[in-house]
Amino acid sequence: MNRSAAFLVALGLTLLLSGIARAQGWPIERYQVEDRKSGYFYLGQQTRVLQDDDFLNPGMSAVDQGAGLWRKVEGSEGKSCSSCHANAAQTMKGVAARYPVFDAKSGGIINLELVINRERVEKMGAAPYKYESPELLAITAYIATQSRGLPKVVEITGPAAPFFEQGKEFFFVRRGQIDLSCAMCHDDRPGVLLRGDTISQGQTNEFPMYRLIWHTISSTHRMFEWCNASMRAEPYALGSPEYLALELYVAWRGRGLPIETPGVRK
Amino acid sequence: MTRALFHIAFAAALLAPAVVAGDAVAQATPQGPPPPLVKFTIVDNTIPEPLTDVPGDPDRGKRVVTNASNSTCLICHRMPIPEQPDQGQIAPPLDGIGSRYTAAQLRLRLVNPKLLTPETMMPAYYRVDGLTRVQAQYQGRTIYSAQDIEDAIVYLLTLK
Ligand code: HEC
Ligand code: HEC
Repeated sequence: MNRSAAFLVALGLTLLLSGIARAQGWPIERYQVEDRKSGYFYLGQQTRVLQDDDFLNPGMSAVDQGAGLWRKVEGSEGKSCSSCHANAAQTMKGVAARYPVFDAKSGGIINLELVINRERVEKMGAAPYKYESPELLAITAYIATQSRGLPKVVEITGPAAPFFEQGKEFFFVRRGQIDLSCAMCHDDRPGVLLRGDTISQGQTNEFPMYRLIWHTISSTHRMFEWCNASMRAEPYALGSPEYLALELYVAWRGRGLPIETPGVRK
Repeated sequence: MTRALFHIAFAAALLAPAVVAGDAVAQATPQGPPPPLVKFTIVDNTIPEPLTDVPGDPDRGKRVVTNASNSTCLICHRMPIPEQPDQGQIAPPLDGIGSRYTAAQLRLRLVNPKLLTPETMMPAYYRVDGLTRVQAQYQGRTIYSAQDIEDAIVYLLTLK
């Protein structure tokens, strides 16, 4: 190989690597593992393009905001997240991929949002963020982005098992005045048109996710709340034990799907 | 193009739980105590007697069944209504339904299709019992009023 060819190869590699860091848009096969398909699979081309390119992805401003909050000193201890966890690209890689988890301290399931808040209270001496606040979404999205492309795999055995069963039961119970279960749409009818929407499998590998009809990035629990309210069922509180158990079960349904944060959905 | 400038306006949520006020047909956020349930008798998988004394109005019936804020049939069914482009494909199309069913058969289908097919996805439009965790503002209320049911039936009967 002559020198200019070597240079071109090096340049190509650099572009490729920076491209990986700033964009998703993987080959479509990557969005499916066995019969489990990311919501990306059911999107129109226009929405896919928005997710694929970080410069167009409307969820990326939350990620950028999260990067700032990661370094922001707050609370009585005079610390920021980065005081203890330094470079998020290393220390936070893979974290979002294994949440939610069983938490021995509380004896229940805890998710990324609630772990972040606990760190703020216990390690930083700062106030917890409100669930679904722009700040909590931003830092959650920033952390989850460090796991991009890694398979979502949650632990459902041992102490997590009863919570997994609880979440599974939730998924199959018909609710509300409209009297539908999650499974009736997301297990039985993915790919089918529900008015103008194509029903997906209801996977969560791309959360926090930018929802175009809401004009904002949003959490899994907000999505659960919306689906519940659509059935005219009384939603549970964001961060409630019921939604945490459901989050665990739904994450397991999508086991192996790559983290796509911030996803873009209709 | 910066991300901040990139902005897309999208159609409203299709299963919108929120309700638009101002439509005479819309059961906007329901107010006051729920009306008492009309009693009905099931005979051979039909409800032969109308739920009200007022004869059904097909024009109002069309507005009832296409009312986007109140579980429109279009969520799941296709209907021969070209001005409503977004139509679901979950359930059988309702074209010609007026030739296939009688008013008495449609009445049971709308009131409570679960009496025919317990596992059906179709909601019961006139039922209050046996439901789980109904949202507070809908508790004790049916999706359709008795008159909505009667109006919907006569509209469906025009779909020959
Ligand atoms: C009547 C149909 C219906 C029911 C019942 C339903 N959903 Fe959904 N769900 C939708 C639609 C429509 C969307 C938006 C399009 C899509 O992604 O499927 C959605 C989206 C989702 C998403 C986001 C998927 C993504 O790729 O971002 C999740 C997660 C979800 N639902 C979970 C649930 C859970 C959990 C339940 C039960 C509590 C439930 N849904 C009940 C229709 C339904
Ligand atoms: C959430 C989905 C859903 C909604 C909303 C819905 N249906 Fe259905 N409907 C179904 C399904 C599924 C069937 C198929 C048979 C069954 O499961 O009972 C059906 C069957 C029917 C049938 C019998 C069709 C045939 O060819 O045998 C009629 C009539 C009907 N629906 C009318 C309506 C009307 C009128 C509305 C609105 C007032 C409505 N449906 C709303 C899901 C729905």
